[in-house]
Amino acid sequence: MPVINDMIPEFDLFQPADVDGALELLAKHDDAWVLAGGLDTFDWFKDRAKRPDVVVDLGAIDQLRGIREQGDGYEIGALTPLSDIENHEAIKAKFPMLAQAAQAVATPQVRNQGTLGGNIVQDTRCWYYRGGWPCYRAGGNICYADTPTSMNREHCIFGASRCVAVSPSDSAPALVALDAMMVVRSRSGEREVPAADFFIGPSTDITRMTVLNGRELLVAIRIPSTFAGAHQYFEKVRDRNAWDFPLVNVAAAFKRNGATIEDARVAVGAVAPYPMRLEAVEAQLRGKNADEATGKSAGELAIKGAKPLRHNGYKLPLMRNLVMRAVRDAQSAQA
Amino acid sequence: MDEPTTSVSRRNFIKGVIAGGATASASGYLFRQNGVLAQRSAPGSVERLVTLNVNGQNRPVDIAHEETLAMTLRYKLGLTGTKLGCDRAECGACTVLVDGRTHYACSILTHMVRGREIKTVEGLEGPNGELHPVQQAVMDEAGFQCAFCAPGFIMSMVALVEDKPGFTRDEAAHALSGHICRCGDYNKILNSAMRAGEIARST
Ligand SMILES: Cc1cc2nc3c(=O)[nH]c(=O)nc-3n(C[C@H](O)[C@H](O)[C@H](O)COP(=O)(O)OP(=O)(O)OC[C@H]3O[C@@H](n4cnc5c(N)ncnc54)[C@H](O)[C@@H]3O)c2cc1C
Ligand code: FES
Ligand code: FES
Repeated sequence: MPVINDMIPEFDLFQPADVDGALELLAKHDDAWVLAGGLDTFDWFKDRAKRPDVVVDLGAIDQLRGIREQGDGYEIGALTPLSDIENHEAIKAKFPMLAQAAQAVATPQVRNQGTLGGNIVQDTRCWYYRGGWPCYRAGGNICYADTPTSMNREHCIFGASRCVAVSPSDSAPALVALDAMMVVRSRSGEREVPAADFFIGPSTDITRMTVLNGRELLVAIRIPSTFAGAHQYFEKVRDRNAWDFPLVNVAAAFKRNGATIEDARVAVGAVAPYPMRLEAVEAQLRGKNADEATGKSAGELAIKGAKPLRHNGYKLPLMRNLVMRAVRDAQSAQA
Repeated sequence: MDEPTTSVSRRNFIKGVIAGGATASASGYLFRQNGVLAQRSAPGSVERLVTLNVNGQNRPVDIAHEETLAMTLRYKLGLTGTKLGCDRAECGACTVLVDGRTHYACSILTHMVRGREIKTVEGLEGPNGELHPVQQAVMDEAGFQCAFCAPGFIMSMVALVEDKPGFTRDEAAHALSGHICRCGDYNKILNSAMRAGEIARST
């Protein structure tokens, strides 16, 4: 698709003052689009690949912004910009991998405007889909990224089901590894969804990346104290060190007793249509020493069952090594 | 198309907007679907006629719902110092400050920054034409080659100098990582940033 340098096509913009007002608009207008920072949104509009008549900007709803201590954990409003998370002293001290994940997103300007909620709910970056091709995800009946001539270097090695696009978010694996809860509001009330269940793959619904049904809002993210202050690791590999989405990223948290790993969470992004929690690896790590051998076997186990496409075989060693490095880091940080 | 209901004060406001919009005529093609009063407006949706705070001045302006800040600044307010490179949040040429923080003006709706303080490269010089430390530093170091990227880089340097006066070269590189310079002048740009820090600290 050519880059179009002119106006975005017309829409009606609403800026409700509270969550109820926003939910009402979403109920009233079938194709209403939720707008937070807009950094996922505007490309869709500029390319004419999505053309909603109604846009509901959450920007005036102040209660959706901010980082608050809550119980023995933290609650982050969905509209909080990523740069506030990256620079927040308590988040840096207790949940460093979330601060690092936020800092790994794009560029300072994108982080000043992009919200945590938008980063979580953002759509996939498969360029066939984003270019407006009528693929399965767009309601069509073909996957353009999985043909013998497709360019699919960035696509998935796990979880494909007709669609091979990946979850592109940097914050998502960190939130899965921290056992975060997503607070979802609809007109019938509020519910909490564990991060690991919030993201869905194409076998569940090929047109959505999350459980949100279009009439619901993500209002906050709650992070329990489970891994507060515990050893954490985040690493992202990308082509350029600014702007680029992850080729693979890893987020891990460890509870240790001396050299022994008592409990662990390991999640990997950009390898599947959802941030992928590696429960088998976590189970294998429990009770083991955080050492080189443990790291190696964790890496091997992590990529078991992967199904690379034509151009993304490199993601297997990349994912294996990132998981290994996460475990090895738990060892080096012990001394 | 709905006939807009205009009150006297609204009509005067519109006149002001049109009179102030001489620069818009050359860019009329951009706004062909979105002209003053030509757009439908659903009940309860945002008011198009607003006053923006740009470089310390209040500027009345008519803004389409879908209009980006870069479009408003360049084609409605005549502030063409803000450049449009990619229009996709991928180059940094359009960087401006909103309440002191850097944003890509190509990728934010003008209606998202109503009521906030917008600063562009035109707003940097002092009341008597004194250069901002960053402008002085860029001159001293001959920081840019073609300088198409300069207004954007300069705005990020301004934010850096103000937020973190004692910054290191690495921190400057990090703060400027949301910009691309097609002339590849990064070393001289970083020299300028360091010099700007020195000037700011010594004044
Ligand atoms: C050049 C560029 C580079 C990027 N690089 C990266 C990267 O490296 N890593 C990365 O993770 N991301 C990257 N992104 C994506 C960007 O970080 C995210 O798109 C950004 O955080 C999205 O936040 P937003 O608030 O701007 O989203 P928006 O565009 O406002 O929203 C994104 C989506 O989520 C929905 N949504 C937003 N908030 C809510 C809510 N509260 N409830 C329900 N639905 C909601 C919107 O309807 C929309 O569909 C990049 C984006 C750009 C433009
Ligand atoms: S024009 Fe806005 S970032 Fe390139
Ligand atoms: S000096 Fe030419 S693009 Fe930067």
